[in-house]
Amino acid sequence: MNDQLVFLLQLVITGIAVGAVYSLMALGFVLIYKASTVVNFGPGELVLFGAYVAWATILNMKLPLVVALPLTLVVAILLGLVIERGVLRPLIGEPIISVIMVTFGFASVVRGVLNMTWGSDTRPFPALFASEPFRLGPIPISPVHLWSFVAVMLLLAAFSLFFKFSLLGTAMRATADNQQVAQSLGVSVKGVFALSWCIATVVSALGGIILGSVRGGVDFSLADYGLKVFPVVILGGLDSVAGVIVGGVLIGVLENLSGGYLDPIFGGGVKEVAPFVVLVLILMIRPYGLFGKVDVERV
Amino acid sequence: MQCGDFRVSYASDERIFETRLPVVGLVALLAALALVPLVAGTYWLDVLNRIGIAIIGAIGLNILIGYTGQISIGHAAFLAVGAYGTAILGSKGGLPFWLAIPLAAALTSLFGLVFGVPSLRLKGLYLAIATLAAHFITTYGIIHWEKMTNGVLGFNVTPASVLGRPLDSDERVFYLIYALVIPAVFFAKNLFRTRVGRAFIAVRDRDVAASVIGVSLYRYKLLAFVISSFYAGVAGGLMAYHSRIVFPDAFSLLVAIDYLAMIIIGGMGSILGSIFGAVFMTLLPEVLKLGATSLTGVYPNAFGLIASARDIVFGLAIIIFLMYEPQGLAWIWLRFRSYWKLWPYAY
Repeated sequence: MNDQLVFLLQLVITGIAVGAVYSLMALGFVLIYKASTVVNFGPGELVLFGAYVAWATILNMKLPLVVALPLTLVVAILLGLVIERGVLRPLIGEPIISVIMVTFGFASVVRGVLNMTWGSDTRPFPALFASEPFRLGPIPISPVHLWSFVAVMLLLAAFSLFFKFSLLGTAMRATADNQQVAQSLGVSVKGVFALSWCIATVVSALGGIILGSVRGGVDFSLADYGLKVFPVVILGGLDSVAGVIVGGVLIGVLENLSGGYLDPIFGGGVKEVAPFVVLVLILMIRPYGLFGKVDVERV
Repeated sequence: MQCGDFRVSYASDERIFETRLPVVGLVALLAALALVPLVAGTYWLDVLNRIGIAIIGAIGLNILIGYTGQISIGHAAFLAVGAYGTAILGSKGGLPFWLAIPLAAALTSLFGLVFGVPSLRLKGLYLAIATLAAHFITTYGIIHWEKMTNGVLGFNVTPASVLGRPLDSDERVFYLIYALVIPAVFFAKNLFRTRVGRAFIAVRDRDVAASVIGVSLYRYKLLAFVISSFYAGVAGGLMAYHSRIVFPDAFSLLVAIDYLAMIIIGGMGSILGSIFGAVFMTLLPEVLKLGATSLTGVYPNAFGLIASARDIVFGLAIIIFLMYEPQGLAWIWLRFRSYWKLWPYAY
């Protein structure tokens, strides 16, 4: 196989791996939107929070991994509850701008608290997966990417089963479908809102942990990865769980390919901006994305 | 004593000031402002200058969001275009400031027109996400158009000069800034007494109803973007002349959020609110700095925590205002004023 093809395949494979993490983070975003039509403009801070708490429990407090990871997730759930109860519930029914701003507000608080507690230096993050690359034919694949992809796929499968079969998952789907009907059938809509925030903080924390171990360190630039959920959810459809998976992988591959092939032409950084260019194009052409409900109000 | 609306002529209905006291107060305030540079130190002048710039920028954003209802998270990109435009025209093109600022602002308006095109098809949070993306695309353009912008490092700006004298100190830039703040405030105040301004409000309150009564949504939405970005262009130009350096980090997403916070905390759809918000948001970090300085005796690490403390206080301020005072400081001021108007006979 020639070098060109290997290069292309390598870009695609790492793109899929990174994209899977985007899917995971976007899942939380979409769940919140589906349940309560709240758009979370602080997804990056949720990712940061998870990564920093994981760092603190694993490296700072030197807890074993089997204790540290569940502990991180419990703390993430607490954060979700605090945000939902304290910040978003009082604003149910307020104008969109208020809800958008309040998510910026708590994102700022989270960032400030993290900065105050642990400072803004880059922290080394434990490699949770082996680092020796192995070869699939001629293509070197790093186990970090493979395992993060597998982990994400398992998580997404688990969440799909949860939504499909568990009572809580059914309640969440019912609420997303029609709040009033769900409420009249005895679903606690407020409980569903809280649950969707908890799931969002948990998947963001998991995303943060995976990204942290892929990059080998956590610092505040991790928050930029969180912003990638916007292209992902717009491409997939703001209210579609299936769209999240496809959108995440597509955006991951797209940004890697554009980075690999366009960077030499435009002088670097294309990777960061390409998803947003796609985002604007999709919004202009097909604002409900690939799988979203076609009920976007045309002006 | 007058205790209700007694508007018996069109002239009295159109008045901005209902009594003579605010006029006297305003003239006194302007006179005091003119004298400030003679007494204030460099530090407070610098703060005042930044307040002036923030007032112009916040009014621009309030015209777009507070009055027309088009949510934009891309205000920092407008400021950046204004600042870079002014800096390039003034320093590299050698134009005097009285040409560079209006030209750059006009350029920003054009940019805002393009920025506003998504608003024709999208609204609410979709528009917010589109402007967020546009912010990143603009920042990318600025960083990578190295020939003009010198990339991430930015470049120094030649100070504006009046009659051969460079405006290179805070008290000289002060007059330039406030010479633009005053017309900016009055233009905005009057804008909402005209057809255009009322059309903006109609679009905000109910776009369908507005178009039924003959307000062209396309025209007025784009016009709101144009006017708003003109203000941002002027504010950006003043930023360039005030800090005399332009670099991309000065126009990050956080700046856009700062401006959003100004109009939320000050009061949406209120010119006075924009001013209050600009003052509040500019003074907040300064107050924290003062607090930290006084705390260093007890807690030597206090100064290092300012940045994070600022984030926390800033976020809490947004949350608390949205929950308990969604109309912002302007509303508090109105209540305060009406309380004292009839004091002590409140009923």
